[in-house]
Amino acid sequence: MTSLPKNPPKKKLGLVIDLDICVGCHACAVNCKEWNTGGHSAPLTDSDPYGADPTGVWFNRIHSFEVENDQTGGRTVHFPKSCLHCDDAPCVTVCPTGASYKREEDGIVLVNADHCIGCKLCSWACPYGAREYDEDAGVMKKCTLCVDKIYNPNLPEESRVPACVSTCPVGARSFGDLGDPESDVSRLVAKRGGYDLMPEQDCKPTNKYLPPRPKRTGAEGGSAAARLTPVADSSAGVLARWVDKFLSA
Amino acid sequence: MHPAKSVIFFTTASGAGYGLLFLLIAGDLLGLAPGGFWPAFTGYAVSYALITGGLLSSTFHLGHPERAWRALTQWRSSWLSREGVMAVLTFLPTGLYALHQLFFPERMPGITGVIGVIGAICCIVTVYCTAMIYASLKPVHAWSNRFVPAGYLLLSLMTGALVLNALFALFGPPSPVFLILALLSLIAALVWKISYWRFLDGTKSLSTPESATGLGEFGRVKLFEAPHTEANYLMKEMGFQIARKHAMKLRRITLTLAFVLPLLLTLLALFVGGSLAAAALILALLNAAIGIVTERWLFFAEARHTVGLYYGAAHA
Repeated sequence: MTSLPKNPPKKKLGLVIDLDICVGCHACAVNCKEWNTGGHSAPLTDSDPYGADPTGVWFNRIHSFEVENDQTGGRTVHFPKSCLHCDDAPCVTVCPTGASYKREEDGIVLVNADHCIGCKLCSWACPYGAREYDEDAGVMKKCTLCVDKIYNPNLPEESRVPACVSTCPVGARSFGDLGDPESDVSRLVAKRGGYDLMPEQDCKPTNKYLPPRPKRTGAEGGSAAARLTPVADSSAGVLARWVDKFLSA
Repeated sequence: MHPAKSVIFFTTASGAGYGLLFLLIAGDLLGLAPGGFWPAFTGYAVSYALITGGLLSSTFHLGHPERAWRALTQWRSSWLSREGVMAVLTFLPTGLYALHQLFFPERMPGITGVIGVIGAICCIVTVYCTAMIYASLKPVHAWSNRFVPAGYLLLSLMTGALVLNALFALFGPPSPVFLILALLSLIAALVWKISYWRFLDGTKSLSTPESATGLGEFGRVKLFEAPHTEANYLMKEMGFQIARKHAMKLRRITLTLAFVLPLLLTLLALFVGGSLAAAALILALLNAAIGIVTERWLFFAEARHTVGLYYGAAHA
């Protein structure tokens, strides 16, 4: 059934991505590919992987943006993007076959590859570009939130998080129930002012992004330029002044 | 958006087919169509060929055409599914009416008229569903507006009328009623297309690189580095771009071939008779066929998707 669940899911599993921490190392994208090419939507086909024009299915991609500001100067923000598992997922309602669906128990949006006809309409309906067509299999694929990992009883408890979360070397990604206001992820979103991407598209995404913190200016030991000025002044010792004089010559 | 040949052929051919089918039934119900077996038979045959050809072509771009029947199941939520269901349903009343008209014209019971009306309405609803597949896609600003359903319906009527006039001209003098109908639909469609382009040139999606990333409060957002060096599925499917100078040239080709020339040729046919009129109407159809394919190609090629905002587009 491609209608959204009659009872909106109370549990809303999703990701919180901290743009202040992300260093753009692409490890989450690589581990996503690694896990999912053997998982629920396997394989994540690559065409011409070692040739001149390699292309393939990836569920997670890391963009880097430059934010220009005449007053505060520019900054670079690394921006991982995968399926946002929206409450009002248009990719689900446009599906003509019922292959695209949202789970009532946890809100995860999945594709039933046995029913997908590969019409690609869901990829047109998603404003975020979360869907990935597999030319080889002729079906649409997408982030499963590692549904085959997060509920896997064969894995130790601490490993039952999406591959992108477990691999992030800097802890920029958190996973949890965003439907529960008391959960760690919900508290984090509230504390840091987490936001939705493109709220004007009315998809009500579950995944949230945490904004970069304001740039530090002046305080805490001064700016980088200030820290690089010579340390020696008249109050320095004889040796230090002599070295300073020698080096300044 | 990537202009897929199969989808361009589907929307133009089946649009003309449903327009023709609608006019054949409405014409017969109102007693406006020329009598005789062969004009009606040829008309119905051509309309079903256009519709079926278009529908089959639309399955060519599917990854799994053998599962296409599944697309009839989700009519509660999906316009694509509704389109499929309506396309199948429309065959029934229109087919029944056509068979009655062709083979038992003197024994048409009252119920046949009702079936005809239902068939004609089904044609309109099917074309509306096709248009809504596009008009319901919010991320594509060029499609998600009230111009799109109106345009699909108008162009369907217009191309249907042009096919009808060219076909009937093969069998006898053209019917002034259908010539005038074609002229009116050509003028309406021309006005619509110009208004649509004016709308398109003066509007932008609400979504911006700033809203797509949520970084607007820090400044102007520009793509610094793409996620990978080569193009991916999203960029090929949604990121199709056409140079503006080509778009302008193609718009002029569309205006000339799809609307202006067929308008002049149909007008000519209204005043001259005989084989000259027939030649003008066939020429009008051929021009319009190329023009309408160009129009549909532009409909896709000029449409921008919000996903482009993540790949360096300044607006969507």
